[in-house]
Amino acid sequence: MEREYHVCTGCALLCDDIELREEENKTIIDSACRKGVAWIKNCQHPLECTVDAKDATPQDAIEKAAEILKNAKKPLIFGMGNSSLKAQEKAIELAKKTNACIDDTSSFCQGPIVEAILNDKIKSCTLDEVRDKADIIVYWGCDPSNSHPRHLSKFSYFPRGKMRQRGWEEDRTAIAIDVRKSDTAIICEDNFYQIPPKADAEFAMALTEALSGKVPKVTFGIKPKEILELANILKKAEFGVIFAGLGVVYSMHDLSPMENLLEALNKKTDFHLMPMVGQYNMRGFNHLLFDKTGYINRVSFEGENIDHGPQCSVVEVLKEKKADAALIMGSDPLSSLPGSIAANLKEIPTIVIDPCKTFTSQIADVTIPAAVTGVECKGEAIRMDGVEIELKQMKESDKMADADILEKIMEAI
Amino acid sequence: MANAMEIYQLLPKTNCKKCGKSSCMAFAAALLSREKNLDECTPMLEEEKYSENYTKLKGLVSPAEQASETGMIVHEDRCIGCGNCVVACPVNVAEDPKGAGSGNAPTNERVILKVEDGVVRLSNVEDCRRFGENKRLCSGCIVTCPTKAIEFV
Ligand code: SF4
Ligand code: SF4
Ligand code: SF4
Repeated sequence: MEREYHVCTGCALLCDDIELREEENKTIIDSACRKGVAWIKNCQHPLECTVDAKDATPQDAIEKAAEILKNAKKPLIFGMGNSSLKAQEKAIELAKKTNACIDDTSSFCQGPIVEAILNDKIKSCTLDEVRDKADIIVYWGCDPSNSHPRHLSKFSYFPRGKMRQRGWEEDRTAIAIDVRKSDTAIICEDNFYQIPPKADAEFAMALTEALSGKVPKVTFGIKPKEILELANILKKAEFGVIFAGLGVVYSMHDLSPMENLLEALNKKTDFHLMPMVGQYNMRGFNHLLFDKTGYINRVSFEGENIDHGPQCSVVEVLKEKKADAALIMGSDPLSSLPGSIAANLKEIPTIVIDPCKTFTSQIADVTIPAAVTGVECKGEAIRMDGVEIELKQMKESDKMADADILEKIMEAI
Repeated sequence: MANAMEIYQLLPKTNCKKCGKSSCMAFAAALLSREKNLDECTPMLEEEKYSENYTKLKGLVSPAEQASETGMIVHEDRCIGCGNCVVACPVNVAEDPKGAGSGNAPTNERVILKVEDGVVRLSNVEDCRRFGENKRLCSGCIVTCPTKAIEFV
């Protein structure tokens, strides 16, 4: 029997081997992790369609949203990490049309790494290459066992791949560098290097020195000998990959220590870096905006002109009260941004498009429920490694796709 | 799961042999390996003075009673469905190298472990290396579990 597989949009791994079956009138989801199952089975509190906190028809909500954006001089469009590529494209068009600032969560998470990859400053690879070829795998400042539960089993450490037929026991080495002994670090056993918070740059520099034959020193409790041993393991890699989590991005002033380390490694061997993107299509938004503007996030449109920089970031725009309206898509700034900054959303007309109720939707003037892409409607997305993946629809839904909602808002402006 | 010493402490410690074992300590070990069940210690069942300990012991050994024929217990509340155990199980690899053995959805029914609705499920336990007379101390599924959701008793 031909099997039908679906893609899980629970995280940016976009696992593509999910099966659904009916048993005693219940749908059972096969192969997805617990996080994926929770996502696919949908939110406990679906968002309702409202205008000024009163029930409204989608048509009325769309018209009101269009009116808010039309009347605004400088709207803010934010989110999109959980939106299809088509919706992201529409959001960028809408930003152009309304002279808006547009930004996404990469602005305060994995943005610098994606940017370095798109600008060819960092060598990256695909998850399929990791699975087929990687022998040295470094989890740096991330804990995929919790954030991307199937990362180790499906792509990075455990699976047998074309050139790694003898499996993880003999063919692969997993290394964790982190501030605490995470679940992933436990699996790496002796190859766990515990560093203090904010010491990632120092450790990367010490490793770079070790690779060039110098005696590395760090101000914390890892001995030069241990760093030399680690450098030795890394340089013997046939195909190495560093999975960099938020721990790396948050603790480095800029990425240059990491870029230098990769450069040093690539003089001796074949090493890659991949950002541990969280939301299933954050990288999609970065790629699209990059194609159109040369920047991955933090862009402000003024007619034909484009401004880019920290002043256009969601944090600055809200903090400095530069926006006079906001459209939030598939994101919850009220819970992810510092409260004092996000609270400024309460002072401007706000539109929320999301499948589920969020903290932000509770203060929004207009809320429009959207179908979950990959579950209630189809679409496309870009996986954490930059590969485009087709998303199928799993179940019937009368909700509109996020792309269609944006299309209708644009028509109404 | 308790260890033999903890179980022993709650037994009558009279070495009466009514359970068929030579000592209470041997009975404790037999309870752990599921060779015996608690109710075979008749003094515990019949004598009032042991009733409190009996209740405590019941709580301690009942997880073992739920274990599969191989002594495997999956603590579903701890399992996150990561599939590490699924891909690390040598039987899964041998029976389904391209599916479960490669980290993908299983492509046949001969696998021992698979993830359903976000938690791992057991099937074909008689194929587990820990099963039967010639059992081997395989630990693929235990050492790869990040949450220690799999246990053998
Ligand atoms: S790892 Fe991510 S994409 Fe894969 S099943 Fe879990 S939530 Fe879904
Ligand atoms: S003990 Fe070995 S054979 Fe049995 S389920 Fe675990 S990994 Fe598979
Ligand atoms: S390794 Fe542990 S957490 Fe992961 S699926 Fe198996 S039992 Fe569950």
